[in-house]
Amino acid sequence: MFRNAAELVEMAEKEDVLISEIMIRQEMEVKDKSREEVYSEMEKNLEVMEKAVEDSLKGVESVTGLTGGDAVLIQNYMKEKTPLSGNLLMDAVSKAMGTNEVNAAMGTICATPTAGSAGCVPGTLFAVKNQLNPTREQMIRYLFTSGAFGFVVANNSFISGAAGGCQAEVGSAGAMASAAIVEMAGGTPQQSAEAFAMTLKNMLGLVCDPVAGLVEVPCVKRNAGGSSLAIVSADMALAGVTSRIPCDEVIGAMYRIGKQMPSSLRETGEGGLADTPTGRLLKEKIFGMSV
Amino acid sequence: MKYNSVFDIIGPVMIGPSSSHTAGAARIGKAARNLFGEEPKWARIHLYESFAKTYKGHGTDFALVGGLLGYETDDTRMNQALVTAKEKNIDVQFIEDSAAVDHPNTARLVIGNDTDQIELVGISIGGGKVEITELNGFELRLSGNHPAILIMHNDRYGAIASVTKILAKNEINIGHMEVNRKDVGKEALMVIEVDQNVEDTILKELESADHIIQISKIVS
Repeated sequence: MFRNAAELVEMAEKEDVLISEIMIRQEMEVKDKSREEVYSEMEKNLEVMEKAVEDSLKGVESVTGLTGGDAVLIQNYMKEKTPLSGNLLMDAVSKAMGTNEVNAAMGTICATPTAGSAGCVPGTLFAVKNQLNPTREQMIRYLFTSGAFGFVVANNSFISGAAGGCQAEVGSAGAMASAAIVEMAGGTPQQSAEAFAMTLKNMLGLVCDPVAGLVEVPCVKRNAGGSSLAIVSADMALAGVTSRIPCDEVIGAMYRIGKQMPSSLRETGEGGLADTPTGRLLKEKIFGMSV
Repeated sequence: MKYNSVFDIIGPVMIGPSSSHTAGAARIGKAARNLFGEEPKWARIHLYESFAKTYKGHGTDFALVGGLLGYETDDTRMNQALVTAKEKNIDVQFIEDSAAVDHPNTARLVIGNDTDQIELVGISIGGGKVEITELNGFELRLSGNHPAILIMHNDRYGAIASVTKILAKNEINIGHMEVNRKDVGKEALMVIEVDQNVEDTILKELESADHIIQISKIVS
């Protein structure tokens, strides 16, 4: 069993297989399941992700009305204009936000690694798909590669906003997506680790400060940030750019930063954006109304 | 390691909005129901830190109750769980508790019916994964990822051996086991995580073993 990113990359290099393959083999061993069983379980998750994106593009709205509809706005914009940051990137942003809009509306999603950060992995997958034309198997492998890196973070640091701030959630999710994009685009296992490190480095210190304690503001738009950073870091890694601080040390830094974060900035809805005049007003309005 | 499966990371499939505060809460509720052995008639639920501050916005309240009703994380009836509990005359009370706890997402559930009750503490550690850290005053560490049996017994020599002998005879492998007691010679708790679900016939056999007080199980 791999304990950190260095071991994961080493195993993949030594056996000359993809990161996703290492994750699949480990899962088969730990759960005593066949390759087909593990595959089909992951395919079910993929189907949930596809359905969530599909639902979001029909337009959804949360109970509070704080979020919903932005995924559609971006798709319309892409039809009418040429986005400055490119179609692929804005498509990822739209689908990442869409997934989180469905989540905020209490729809069905697949946590990757959490619900609040569930947009980054599928959002990038369904956008990159249009350019790389992967097989169904490669799409499922994308999720295993994301999962392999998420597994490392979860066991060496944290993946919940209450424990480590948003860096632990959207930071991890965006970084996981970067690693998976690299593999799908034909990069090496080491390049996956570099992409992961570069995304997470740019997310360090990000606090979890949800307005009114809801997984809406700023969570939905942070998934836009996480997914776009994922694509940029993947491109950097594929270009040969490396992280001066190794992947596992970045994860360690994330852990220590999270430990230093006060509880007001760890999903209590007390600090940061939640504690702005508008944030407080929204809270009053929502809970004055519905509770 | 805290996480051992890729599906802890890519998954669970769930009703939004929060994996720790909704899906995790539902799993804590479900574990409590399993340990109690049936649907409770009443529940007093203490919430701490992040759970206490944000439970209304995250649906932690309906998710915990959904779990008590036996719902999985992706059950679409989840957000109606409070209404359903009311219709079933289950008396549910939430208490925002300011006591210090080790984990920010902590809930203490006291649930019961007219004759019995149990008290347990669950923490939601992220991505929908939970641990039960206390049961009826005993400290433990139960993930709910594997099937498990929990055995209250008297702290006497031979109690553990009589249980493991029965499991061995039935070819049940023990993955993890811990034993905890309140004081020498008093009540003790054995927590045994196993690889496969334990049949009721084996539970019956265990119940009749020496020094055993009560048995409950968690189906993974």
